Amino acid sequence: MNDIAIRVENLSKRYRIGVERHDTLRDALSSFLPRIPRLHPQDKEIREIRDHSWQKESEFWALRDVSFEIKRGEVVGVIGRNGAGKSTLLKILSRITEPTTGLAEIHGRVGSLLEVGTGFHPELTGRENIYLNGAILGMKRTEIDRKFDEIVAFSEIEKFLDTPVKRYSSGMYVRLAFAVAAHLEPEILLVDEVLAVGDAAFQKKCVGKMGDVAREGRTVLFVSHNLGIIVDLCTRAILLSGGRISRDSLPADIVAGYIAHDSMHHGYRDLRFWNEERSGTGDLRVTYVCTTDVGGKLKSKYSYGEPICIHVGTEGKSGTECVVGISIRNSSGQLVLHYSNLDDRAEVFLTGEKSEIVLVIPSNPLNDGEYSLTVWLGDAFNLLRDRVGNCLSFRVNSEALGRVVSLASVRMSGNWSVKNASGFEH
Amino acid sequence: MSTILIRPTRGLASLGLRAVWEYRELLFFLVWRDVKVRYKQTALGVLWVILQPLVSMAIFTVLFGVLLKVPSGDAPYPVFAFAGLLPWNYFSQSLTRASTSLVQSSHLITKIYFPRLVIPLSGVFSSLVDFAISFAVLLILMLLYGVTPTARMLLLPALLLLALVTALGFGLWLSALNVKYRDVGYLLPFLIQIWMYLTPVVYGSALIPERYRFLLSLNPMTGVVEGFRWALLGGELESYLSAPLLALSVGIALVVLVSGALFFRTTERSFADIV
Repeated sequence: MNDIAIRVENLSKRYRIGVERHDTLRDALSSFLPRIPRLHPQDKEIREIRDHSWQKESEFWALRDVSFEIKRGEVVGVIGRNGAGKSTLLKILSRITEPTTGLAEIHGRVGSLLEVGTGFHPELTGRENIYLNGAILGMKRTEIDRKFDEIVAFSEIEKFLDTPVKRYSSGMYVRLAFAVAAHLEPEILLVDEVLAVGDAAFQKKCVGKMGDVAREGRTVLFVSHNLGIIVDLCTRAILLSGGRISRDSLPADIVAGYIAHDSMHHGYRDLRFWNEERSGTGDLRVTYVCTTDVGGKLKSKYSYGEPICIHVGTEGKSGTECVVGISIRNSSGQLVLHYSNLDDRAEVFLTGEKSEIVLVIPSNPLNDGEYSLTVWLGDAFNLLRDRVGNCLSFRVNSEALGRVVSLASVRMSGNWSVKNASGFEH
Repeated sequence: MSTILIRPTRGLASLGLRAVWEYRELLFFLVWRDVKVRYKQTALGVLWVILQPLVSMAIFTVLFGVLLKVPSGDAPYPVFAFAGLLPWNYFSQSLTRASTSLVQSSHLITKIYFPRLVIPLSGVFSSLVDFAISFAVLLILMLLYGVTPTARMLLLPALLLLALVTALGFGLWLSALNVKYRDVGYLLPFLIQIWMYLTPVVYGSALIPERYRFLLSLNPMTGVVEGFRWALLGGELESYLSAPLLALSVGIALVVLVSGALFFRTTERSFADIV
């Protein structure tokens, strides 16, 4: 028996975009009937040329000649920008959509999780939805019976089990949905971005559960924008760009390259139309993020100890109290620093439609390297209004201050002294 | 170890009935969900199932029975109308549910794999519950009007099956077309209304001149509706419902079912991309 779980060979997927010429009922029907030989060969040629030139304008290859093999027990993270083909790859492997060319082989029982709570019905109770959702995810009824208590315990909604889920808070809804999905026991798990939900504590729990799945020796293919999770959970990462595999290596290497590649924007990013790693209710949105020196000049390279000012432009509902979180991650996606106005006992009250929130880090403790910013806006109840993950990066380079030996992300100066043996009294 | 092979498919697809069988529990849960959700947050709840055909029956009785004096054979017109409405309502509900099912389940289709045939099937099956309730109402109605049921009632399941097959066949065609052409949603109410007048629901087929009656058997629902009346209310079977013509009805229903299933399966591969 071979130890390959997933084998993908030259997989491509083409989407047609815009208005389709073939989109008539007659053509749709004729494609099912045996082809009638054409009387004039020239006609066929003309038609082919015409089709070809037309296709060029409105075709889009979401995935192009992608090949890889995943061994049993490997946990593979797939990263890439929006439109890189991550979701398309997962949809093909989940058999939701067909590839245009190429083939994939999957050895083992597959469970795919492209969304949390697929098929949840708002009118049904929590209990009923556990069964419905379980069946949709491919669980047998006996299997759901067996795991029912475990699912309920994990979701922490015991009290509301017989309440229609439309009366649930969004947090409860997501917890229940994830709990069902987490108890799916396939040999091969395909997961898309489902962890970008719920409050921080529950996210942590979910990541923990994902870690368990990975350690149990199951094969996991995991698409995420959360680079930290990829580094923590995965044994291998695949970077997609423009529908092709651009790198396939250890997660830390790929994540580092991914962030470094993205730092050519001199300390400013317009986020009004930014959709990556974005979640939240959206009634208050981050419109831009920039880093400057104390004089307000845009800057993306700093030295150790230099002040860094982080500006967050917001737009949306005014007259609201706001909780702001800004986190700084290193190039392997690990959280290095996290600032919250709650921790600093600072009140952020937005009175206008548009505002700018500024965080000044008086003396940055960061070691040399590449860092990325994630901005989080919540309301007084800690409900997520907008989160933009890894939206801006900056570099710390303190060459001018002398060589640095430390490999840690944070550097704090210490006071050193030496006591030599001769100095001691016996 | 199960192996799944994913590759582009071309041409006519197979029916894939084994996959549907493997997912029979999902089918059960979808039917159960439809039934459970249907009358939630309504004050009258399941009473609607009874009320709808009763109101239709009352309207038809006044309009066709009293005013237009449509003949209803030996049976009182209200029972005559209800016996026709019973299979007809099942058919029209099933057809509507099956035809709109795929588009309504687009959130499932784009997020998870399962045999898509399960979706229209669940529409056809979930209507059976309404049918059962209406059937009980009919029995009470027959009791009130002093119509005694006969052993012919044992043939009702076969007639119901014919209605199911017809609804599913057309439902498969329309649901698959609906994914790409939302025109189906606008067409459907007209189609059902016209179809109802082409089927002897409010009138008996005895009203149609004899030489045109064979045309009625092209519509499988004629056999179903007249068959229901024959089985429930007694009386002679109309000559055009003779075995060969009934066989033609069944044949047409089966052709539509099989072609619908093949069309569905063949277009299925692009559902997730265009729904």
